[in-house]
Amino acid sequence: MKIMVAVKRVVDYAVKIRIKPDKSGVETQNVKMSMNPFCEIALEEALKIKESGLAKEVIAVTMGPSNCVDTLRTGLAMGADRGIHVEAARDLVPLSVAKVLKKLVEVENPGLLILGKQAIDDDCNQTGQMIAALLGWPQGTFASKVVLDKEKQVATVDREVDGGLETLCLDLPAVITTDLRLNQPRYATLPNIMKAKSKPIKKYTLEELNVKIKSDLEVVQVTEPPKRKAGVILSSVDELIDKLKNEAHVI
Amino acid sequence: MEKWRATTNLRRSLKSILNRQLSSVSEFRYLNEKRSCQSSFNLIRDCKSLGQVNAIQHRCFSSASTLVQRNPSFSTLNSDDISYFKGLLGEKSVIQDEDRLETVNTDWMHKYKGSSKLLLLPRSTEEVAQILRYCNSRCLAVVPQGGNTGLVGGSVPVFDEVIVNVSSMNNIISFDKVSGILVCEAGCILENLISFLDNQGFIMPLDLGAKGSCQIGGNVSTNAGGLRLVRYGSLHGNVLGLEAVLANGDVLDMLGTLRKDNTGYDLKHLFIGSEGSLGIVTKVSILTPPKLSSVNIAFLACNDYSSCQKLLMEAKRKLGEILSAFEFLDTEAMNLVLHQLDGVRNPLPASMHNFYILIETTGSDESYNREKLEAFLLSSMEGGLISDGVLAQDINQASSFWRIREGVPEALMKAGAVYKYDLSLPVEKMYDLVDDMRIRLGDLATVVGYGHLGDGNLHLNVSAPEYDDKILEQIEPYVYEWTSKHRGSISAEHGLGLMKANKIYYSKSTETVQTMASIKKLLDPNGILNPYKVLPHSLNS
Repeated sequence: MKIMVAVKRVVDYAVKIRIKPDKSGVETQNVKMSMNPFCEIALEEALKIKESGLAKEVIAVTMGPSNCVDTLRTGLAMGADRGIHVEAARDLVPLSVAKVLKKLVEVENPGLLILGKQAIDDDCNQTGQMIAALLGWPQGTFASKVVLDKEKQVATVDREVDGGLETLCLDLPAVITTDLRLNQPRYATLPNIMKAKSKPIKKYTLEELNVKIKSDLEVVQVTEPPKRKAGVILSSVDELIDKLKNEAHVI
Repeated sequence: MEKWRATTNLRRSLKSILNRQLSSVSEFRYLNEKRSCQSSFNLIRDCKSLGQVNAIQHRCFSSASTLVQRNPSFSTLNSDDISYFKGLLGEKSVIQDEDRLETVNTDWMHKYKGSSKLLLLPRSTEEVAQILRYCNSRCLAVVPQGGNTGLVGGSVPVFDEVIVNVSSMNNIISFDKVSGILVCEAGCILENLISFLDNQGFIMPLDLGAKGSCQIGGNVSTNAGGLRLVRYGSLHGNVLGLEAVLANGDVLDMLGTLRKDNTGYDLKHLFIGSEGSLGIVTKVSILTPPKLSSVNIAFLACNDYSSCQKLLMEAKRKLGEILSAFEFLDTEAMNLVLHQLDGVRNPLPASMHNFYILIETTGSDESYNREKLEAFLLSSMEGGLISDGVLAQDINQASSFWRIREGVPEALMKAGAVYKYDLSLPVEKMYDLVDDMRIRLGDLATVVGYGHLGDGNLHLNVSAPEYDDKILEQIEPYVYEWTSKHRGSISAEHGLGLMKANKIYYSKSTETVQTMASIKKLLDPNGILNPYKVLPHSLNS
């Protein structure tokens, strides 16, 4: 069975982000970029499944301009067998990503598609669900535990939901999106980095895959949230009531 | 990067230490001098810990301090003095409250404890000047204090010296974005300066585990080294100017912001590293390097010490200008960190290696720097210098590698008693000392070696469940003699403070020390600034 993992190149999670002066988006020039943390977890899970003998190949997939290949190299250094890079302009919305993934799934025929639950730059949490719908596959999102049964061709997924944990049994092929507590991603060891240099990365263009990208969304403005105002020390309960009534309008 | 985690954990470990019962007390004899020790320096103190009622006995031991007598020429505080200070500074800045005095009287390692009755918190240079003028006229001894994170007992009183703590002087005065020159008051906490500069696109040229508490005035006064010295050099190069107050209250304004100024003797260098014994630093002007976007870090394993050395040579050659840190830890240090600290992961779990090296590179071009580092690492691996290693893929992984290296001091504190030594040695010989100490101590204690290999600085620590004179006898003066034999420094970056005040001769000649004493006499004739520290007690007339 092949496992396909979609990974995204995003601003590193520990960076203090700044908004561009023209308010068109977040400043990404000269800022450290890395693999989306949830995508790392997704890749780690795929590698664990392969190491347990239930899969024979892990393919890492990414979409975007040429610098996205860095993220693929990280994936290969972690242990993925090969990479696929789909050339596209930046900022593909989840629906476009899902459409491209559908074409790739048709080419590669993986038994499992694992993605991070959301990207930390747009926080959409949509791609996994959309691709599952486009493919007609079952989905187990926010996975905190995944157990595969090769015989019965099912995946048992524990999901982290608001009320607690929900356990689902999915027929393979299926889509799984990963949550934080699923695993701890491994480090890229030097021997693996060395091996990664000889692993193949296949490049596709959108025309080759016959996918039309149309963006229905336009980012109008990106601004910082309003700065927290300093607290005020009040001198009496009367003053408090007065402020609650007349300033905050809550009573 | 989140090195701040190391400092919040340091603070947490303080609390756990206060809760631990330490038993016996001992008086250490300075082995070369056979005087009987009559100490009026308090060794045991009952103290409350953070609201708990049980009195806990602190084990305090100090090197030659037990032989120190309180200098009778210093006056004792009286009520007139208190009224004067209250009039000068206001009630809030004159502290006599026992609980607060408790904290400022004790050093970070809980090894030294003074009995000062007065803590002063000046808010301006003028106030510091007036305090010192008064104390000089009254012959009251003074201890300048900042973040109180020093490791040699230099920041706390020995007897009843007045503590002048500059924490309230924490303003950033100016920052020039073009030249990167930062002017600030001495009480600014290093981490706050780092955050401020981060917003401007710059970084501080020094970085140390204590950054959450240490203050720039103290850093400058002790010529702090830290993790980035291999790249940015020492404070002697980065401090462009400072303002200091002399013992008699005179203010020396040497707060230049010029890269080049060859007019006369460059006196600021006297204050950098003199540990508050020549004057109190009140303002600092420091050159800050620009923040470069591409930081990469690798955690490597080596089989033996000679590979570590060869790796250092290769790193300096192949990584050149982008190398920003080169640290090492041995397997005992690694074990200690993994056992004592939470949330620490071994990056190379496959097996325990003899030596671990942490290499950091900082540059402006991400892909170029990464390729350079990868090429270096792969060729070192093929050459057999490295037996294994990992490369951090994002900032989180980078922080976790730093957590391991920065967590060693904290882990040592948690493991029990620790004898700390900070030595500069020729790189080829550095680890021989650790091996020697292991043979000498045998089963008595665990010897841990780690440090700034890039600077030739070994942090030799001996860890034991409890303090024990038998252990101390095996360590001192053997360590100092060994270092002296190889023309090393008995204190690479920690300073002399109280702990090594009488040990200076291991690293400096008699004539040099005599000249130092003359300078001290010139700038502080009554000897009121940080007495009993830095220079040997025998020199005080």
